[in-house]
Amino acid sequence: MQGEPNPFDDIPGTTLFDAQRSRQGYHLNMFCMSLMKADNRAEFKANEAAYLLKFPMTAEQREAVLKRDWNRLIYLGGNIYFLAKLFSTDGKSFQHVAAIMTGSTQEDYAKMMLDGGRSPEGNRSKKDWDNRG
Amino acid sequence: MAKLVAGVATSHVPAIGAAIDLGKTQEPYWQPLFKGYEPAKKWIAEQKPDVIILVYNDHASAFSLEMIPTFALGCAETFAPADEGWGPRKVPVVKGHPELAWHIAQSVILDEFDLTIVNNMTVDHGLTVPLSLLFGQPQEWPCQVIPLAVNVVQYPPPTGNRCYNFGKAIRRAVDSFDQNLKVMIFGTGGMSHQLQGPRAGLINRQFDTAFLDNLTADPGKLARMPHIDYVREAGSEGIELVMWLIMRGALDEKVREVYRFYHVPASNTAVGHIILENEA
Repeated sequence: MQGEPNPFDDIPGTTLFDAQRSRQGYHLNMFCMSLMKADNRAEFKANEAAYLLKFPMTAEQREAVLKRDWNRLIYLGGNIYFLAKLFSTDGKSFQHVAAIMTGSTQEDYAKMMLDGGRSPEGNRSKKDWDNRG
Repeated sequence: MAKLVAGVATSHVPAIGAAIDLGKTQEPYWQPLFKGYEPAKKWIAEQKPDVIILVYNDHASAFSLEMIPTFALGCAETFAPADEGWGPRKVPVVKGHPELAWHIAQSVILDEFDLTIVNNMTVDHGLTVPLSLLFGQPQEWPCQVIPLAVNVVQYPPPTGNRCYNFGKAIRRAVDSFDQNLKVMIFGTGGMSHQLQGPRAGLINRQFDTAFLDNLTADPGKLARMPHIDYVREAGSEGIELVMWLIMRGALDEKVREVYRFYHVPASNTAVGHIILENEA
């Protein structure tokens, strides 16, 4: 398989949570998982940077957590269902975070969804996105 | 003998559970969605299944990255609602059917579907939201439920074809269970949605409609669809739809569509719901 282009890489604005990302993001995602417990949420909120040191994540991953840089977190191996524990701790919704990831305001994003969502037209292949300049 | 009478498919969006739990079902945003489930609630109240085999996926609740079973069958007496980070949903504890569940496990493993047997797990919105949609807010769920968790979070999930054939194996297991039980199977998740990255919010009504049509018209065609078509056409989380093929595989070759509902949006997701009955 190695050396062959991965057909999933052609889908624009989409990161597959595959073996490589899962290995890369293991400790990041397990940190998120720890936020399922109320005591851990309290400890994290009291001192985020200190709490993150308890998990053997990369400095880059820690920084992305502190900045709540969601697209970066996905790129660094975070999975959206694990990251959900983090934004739930912040009291934020899936739609709030989705809006940020698409570079939209929550209001505009919510309106797009009410209007039927993002069309697959022009969003199937990276070529589509390159062509729109 | 146990008899598998019908299959139900429905999305399991967590925001739907929150809307029910917080008493928002009559708000303008949610009202059309819940209205769309009224006929299904009436139908299932008349049907009165004894047991539901509920195919769903866990969303990093019972299973983290420590263990990622492709197919995990709940064989316990009870399953408590999971704390997904804001306290467990205030819904009844799910009562299992260990005897049928163990029978299914033994039968499908000998049939070469090597699933994981689970005796202790919590169940998250993936399982409880479909129950809330069909049964509302009772003190106790009106039937027993066998959870069947499928990995669709870590790539690769099982193929559509594997799911379809697994459904057929589950049917053989139910057919050979020596108790008079009325059994239903639910396939949940979907329809088109993408929760992550710059393409989040993708909805593909045309894809979803064709998928709903082909559950009756040509399930074999759906079973042959590769993962990339789901991801490209229905979004990265649209891949959950492979779970609907387990439900479909467990039904007769010929089925009757008795109800369908489609609604956009629930939060980030296209909500799809269909009821299929065996002809006999």
